Amino acid sequence: MANLTLENIFKSYADIEVIHDVTLDIADGELVVFVGPSGCGKSTLLRMIAGLEDITKGKIWIDGRVVNEVAPSKRGVAMVFQTYALYPHMSVYRNMAFGLKQAKTPAKEIDQRVRAAADVLHLTDFLQRSPRALSGGQRQRVAIGRAIVREPEVFLFDEPLSNLDAALRVQTRLEIARLHERLATTMVYVTHDQVEAMTLADRIVVLRDGKIEQQGSPMDLYERPDNSFVAQFIGSPKMNFFLPTVLAKNAPSKFKDFNPEGRVVGIRPEHLRICDGESNLVSAVLERVEQLGEYALVHLLTEDGGEFNVKMDDIPKEPKGTVLHFQAKVEHIHLFDKESGKRIPGP
Amino acid sequence: MMMTDRQRELLKHRIRAALAWVIACLMFFPILWMILTSFKTELQAIAVPPLFFFEPTIENYVLIEERTDYLRYAWNSVVTSFGGTLLGMLIAIPSAYAMAFNPSRRTKDILLWMLSTKMLPAVGVMMPIYLICQKLGLLDTRVALIVIYALINLPVIMLILFNYFRDIPKEILEASQIDGTSTFNEIVQIVLPLAWGGIASTALLSIVLLWNEAFWSIVLTSADAGTLVALVASFSSPEGLFWAKLSAVSTLACAPIIVFGWVTQKQLVQGLTFGAVK
Ligand SMILES: Nc1ncnc2c1ncn2[C@@H]1O[C@H](COP(=O)(O)OP(=O)(O)OP(=O)(O)O)[C@@H](O)[C@H]1O
Ligand SMILES: [Mg+2]
Repeated sequence: MANLTLENIFKSYADIEVIHDVTLDIADGELVVFVGPSGCGKSTLLRMIAGLEDITKGKIWIDGRVVNEVAPSKRGVAMVFQTYALYPHMSVYRNMAFGLKQAKTPAKEIDQRVRAAADVLHLTDFLQRSPRALSGGQRQRVAIGRAIVREPEVFLFDEPLSNLDAALRVQTRLEIARLHERLATTMVYVTHDQVEAMTLADRIVVLRDGKIEQQGSPMDLYERPDNSFVAQFIGSPKMNFFLPTVLAKNAPSKFKDFNPEGRVVGIRPEHLRICDGESNLVSAVLERVEQLGEYALVHLLTEDGGEFNVKMDDIPKEPKGTVLHFQAKVEHIHLFDKESGKRIPGP
Repeated sequence: MMMTDRQRELLKHRIRAALAWVIACLMFFPILWMILTSFKTELQAIAVPPLFFFEPTIENYVLIEERTDYLRYAWNSVVTSFGGTLLGMLIAIPSAYAMAFNPSRRTKDILLWMLSTKMLPAVGVMMPIYLICQKLGLLDTRVALIVIYALINLPVIMLILFNYFRDIPKEILEASQIDGTSTFNEIVQIVLPLAWGGIASTALLSIVLLWNEAFWSIVLTSADAGTLVALVASFSSPEGLFWAKLSAVSTLACAPIIVFGWVTQKQLVQGLTFGAVK
């Protein structure tokens, strides 16, 4: 059990700075998810917490202790890698027992802990197998088991599900959520999948180019993104952006003191509702319909050639090329500065 | 006549196989000739045209057995080639580990530089090394040969090991670091088992290279620490050229390593291809 603090963290490789002044407080027992596009520095941050990368500048605290110079094994962390990183020449049992053996834990206790972890992760039948003889999902569970038996104060996950197929991903995601509930250990989870972030996180930290763009609860980020980058990154399909010029004449009535100059309007695909030509916010030509079973994703073109999507429960009956009208509730309309992308306090 | 694709493939395959056999025979011929010659009398050995069929005699072998102490030379060869390999591996494994897993900006340059020392002709450093051995009283000792053997092979086995080690996923070592292994345990419990095939092939290759090493064994040893190669050399010079006897002693010198190579050929080939074949 421990809290984790990153204090003004910088990281440079040779002369290139990849993490710029990241400060973050993670409470005891919290599950924090780092999301962001590829190359934004998620893994680098996580590996600095683990002690696998040097910290160029700044301090990392675990449980009230600066760990910058502490060896990985002494930090009380356990890490689950994207590639599993199991020891291929050891049985599942020995994989899980390895860390405890290094710490000279008594054999009886090792056995107890390994069997307890195997029980939780449904690995009991595989203990004597080699990792080679396991499926991807099973291997990932062994990797998680290896982390659990160390009884760490902080769990670190680096994209643990990205090598699994879709169904297994959902299932393992659920298992990790259960695990967190049960162990109530601090966890830091890296992913570029916003669905994983939304479903697992107590708090999401969105990173871009080595900086924190925004942090907050999943619903916070979904409802009040600080900028257009976060708005597009959280939520699926992505938020639509409109230039104010394509909004219908009656649109300004929705906004107080609406100044269209240098603004963009963001509305999520699930928040646009079809309406008549009187109360419309935006009108567009029906271009294509993707039927996804539970809903239909409708692609439309505005008159200035902009594209946007609408999530609909029913497929529109109108043929392609028809003009459709949409509106949205005022609390679902986001306004951003065009230049900086910053959120402008709402309509 | 038209051929089907299958027949054409088969024909190509046969031609390739035949070519391989021809080349293999060409390469093996000198060895065969050496073995044949060793069973001839000296007169038969220099007969023109060369004799392929003759009544074999083992008089050469008997003579060698009487005149020299074959077993001691053979034992020296074994001790120096295995010893040099062992010592070399003891140095090369930790070095290659450091270079593969904690590379610096200069690692590639250092490897190349080490390899470039192999291009220096050995004669160039013969005098200093001879004098050093003399001063230390190590002339004609196996210790001197083992140390020098370890050193001359170091660049090559380090490069090969480096390549094998780099195939080990970094995350596995990182996982072991989080699990709290010491560097020593990391090498012994993780790196060695994972690179075992590569290490074995590298060691075999080193043994073969050292067994055949001629320059230093001839320069630095004589009766006490002489290897089989030195024995062969001693046959060619002081007594004039006696082809049959020379062939017999050469056959005796080659035989152990050929058998050794035959038994371990699978591992050996892997080592020679630098782990490219998996
Ligand atoms: N060993 C290294 N040497 C030099 N640059 C590096 C090194 N490791 C990472 N980087 C750089 O640091 C930046 C952050 O990399 P990092 O691996 O943390 O990204 P990431 O957010 O985990 O991306 P992904 O989602 O693709 O895993 C990248 O620009 C990358 O090129
Ligand atoms: Mg990453």
